[in-house]
Amino acid sequence: MRRYFGRKLLIYALTFFVAVTVDWIIPRFMPGDPVQTMLARASLRPEASQALQSYYTNLFGLDVPIWQQYLNFWARLLHGDLGISIWQFPQPVTSVILRAIPYTLALLVPAVLLSWWAGNKFGAYAARRKWLDNTVLPLGYVLTATPYMWLGILLAWSLATVAGIFPIAGGYSFSLEPSWSLTFVGSLLRHWFLPFASLFLVGFGGWAIGMRNMIIYELEADYAHYLESLGAPRRLVRRYAFRNALLPQLTGLALQLGVIVAGALVTEIVFSYPGLGYLVLQAINNQDFFLIQGAFLFIIIGVLLANFLVDVVYVLVDPRTRTGMRGAS
Amino acid sequence: MTVSDQEDLAAAAPAAPAVTPATVAGVRASREALYFARRNRKLVIGLGVVLLFLVVAIVGPLLTEHGPNEYVGPPAQRPSARFWFGTTMFGQDVFAQFTHGLRSTFLVGVLGGGLAAVIGMLIGFSAGYRGGLVDEVLNMVTNVVLVIPTLAVLLVIAAYLRVRGVVPEALFIGLFSWPWVARAIRAQTFSLRSREYVDLARLSGLSGPKIVLNEVAPNMSSYLFMTFILLFGGAVLIAATLDFIGLGPTEGISLGLMMNNAVLWSALPLGMWWWFVPPGLGITIIVGALYIMNVGLDEVFNPKLREM
Repeated sequence: MRRYFGRKLLIYALTFFVAVTVDWIIPRFMPGDPVQTMLARASLRPEASQALQSYYTNLFGLDVPIWQQYLNFWARLLHGDLGISIWQFPQPVTSVILRAIPYTLALLVPAVLLSWWAGNKFGAYAARRKWLDNTVLPLGYVLTATPYMWLGILLAWSLATVAGIFPIAGGYSFSLEPSWSLTFVGSLLRHWFLPFASLFLVGFGGWAIGMRNMIIYELEADYAHYLESLGAPRRLVRRYAFRNALLPQLTGLALQLGVIVAGALVTEIVFSYPGLGYLVLQAINNQDFFLIQGAFLFIIIGVLLANFLVDVVYVLVDPRTRTGMRGAS
Repeated sequence: MTVSDQEDLAAAAPAAPAVTPATVAGVRASREALYFARRNRKLVIGLGVVLLFLVVAIVGPLLTEHGPNEYVGPPAQRPSARFWFGTTMFGQDVFAQFTHGLRSTFLVGVLGGGLAAVIGMLIGFSAGYRGGLVDEVLNMVTNVVLVIPTLAVLLVIAAYLRVRGVVPEALFIGLFSWPWVARAIRAQTFSLRSREYVDLARLSGLSGPKIVLNEVAPNMSSYLFMTFILLFGGAVLIAATLDFIGLGPTEGISLGLMMNNAVLWSALPLGMWWWFVPPGLGITIIVGALYIMNVGLDEVFNPKLREM
C-alpha cells in the first residue's frame, strides 16, 4: 500500500514541479518581451500602467541571476502569491481565481460523476443487444465527437434563444444580489442547468461507448464462457462482466480528466458562466498573463488532486491492487 | 503484459482497441481483412464521410473567388443562392470560411496526430523493447506528461505567442498529446518482445531498432493505424477548443475560430444559426465518422468482435 501510493505521490510531486517550472519558463523564453507586450496591449489608466511597469520589472526580476528568479518564483508561489491581475487591477490573482472556483466545481463535479455513472450503466445495458447497439451507439459516438462548446452553443440557441426556457448567460440573474434567498438559489440553478447538461451529454456518450466495448470484451473472456456453460443466468454473467469492466473505466476517468476540464472551460465561455473558463477568456482578451498562469496552476493542482482521488478509489474497488501491494509485487 | 497495463490501454481513449492473437497473426490475414473491410458497414460509411469532407476541403475553396476573411456581402444574411451558408455579422461569406476552416482541421489532424503518433511510437518502442533503466526513465516522463492537461499547457504557450499559425498550433498539440500512445505501445511491445520470432531475429544479429521496425511494429500495424485515427480526432478537438478560447490562428481561419467569432459577436442571442451550426457540425461529423470507422476497423482486425 505504502509503495503504491509512494510511487503515485512521487509522480504527482514531479508533475507539479514540472508544471511550475513550465509556468516559469514560458514567459522568459518566448520570443518578445512579455512586460512590453502586456503594457502595450492592456488599456490601463496611467497610474496603473506606471505601477505595473515597476511591479513587472521587479517580478520578472531582470537584474537578478536566473536561478534566483526561479527560487523567488517558488517562494512567492508557496506563499500563495501569484501576482496581481490586470483585468481586475489591483486584486491579487489568487483571490480572483478563488472566487471563480466554486462555479467551476459546481459544474464539473456533478457532470463528471453523473455522466460516468449513467454512461456506464447505459453502456452495459446496450452491449450485445442488437437493436440498442445499432441505433443508440452511433449516437453515442456522435456525442463524444461533439466539441463541448458546440453542444453548449446548440443548447443555448435552442433552449434559451428560441424556446426561452433557460437564461442564455451568466451565473445568476443580473437583477439579483448574491444571497442565500430562495429566489437567488433558484436563479443559480436555472443558470447552472444548461452548461451542466452539455458537459453531461458529451461525457455520457463517451462513457457509454467505453463501457459497451469493455463489456463485449469481458463477455468473451474465459470466466464468462465458463459461467455460461455452468448454466448461470445471463444477468449474473453480465453483472460479473460489469464489475470487471468498471476498473478500466475508472482508469479512463483519470486519463480523461484533463479533457473534461478543458471542456468545462469552453462551456463556461459559451454561457458566460463566471467560472475559471470565463476568467481565462477575460485574461486572454486583457493580456492578463498572471491570471493565465495562475489559472494554469490551479487547473494542474485540481487535476492532480482528482487523479489522487481516483487512485484511492481504485484501491478500494480492486482487491488485486490490495493483495498485490501486500506481498507479491 | 500485466492486467492493469491491458486495462490502461483499453481505457486510454474512446474505443481504444486491444491487441488479440488475431492482430498478431499478421500478414497472412491481410487478404481476409480486406474481405471483411469491404463488408463492414461502419468502416465503409465512416471512411466515405471523411473522404467526402476531405473533397469539400480541397475543392470548396476553389469555388469561391474571395478569401475567407474578406468582406464580400451585406452583413448577417441568411443562407441564399449567392451565399450558400449566409454571411457573418461583418458580411464575410460563411461558406468560404467553412471550407477554408475544413482545410485547417485536416491539417491540424494530420500534423498534430502524426507528430503525436511518432513521438508516442519512439518512446513506447524504446521503453518497451529496451526495458530496464531506459524504461524506468521514459515511463516516468510519460506518466508526468500524461497527468498534465494538454489544453492547460497549450493555453499558456499560445497566450505568449503574438503571431499564431495553424501549423505551429498543430505541432504544439502533437508535442503534448502522445503519452497514452507511448504507454499503450510500451505495454504491447513488452508482450511481443519475448516471442520466439523476436528471439530469432536477435540471434541472427539484427540491431534493436531494426527488430522493432521489422518484427515488432508490423505485428501491431493495425493497432498503430487505429491509434493514429484516434490521435487525429483528438488533435482536431483540442485545436477547436484552443481556437474557441481565442488562441487560434491569428491569420487565416479555422472552424473553432468561426465559433469563437460567432459567440463573441452575439450570434446566439440574434439567432444567427447559419454562423455557428456549420463549423461545429463539420467537426462533429468528421470526428464521429473517424471514431465509427475505428470501430469498424477493430471489428475487421479482431474476429471476436465481428457480428455473426
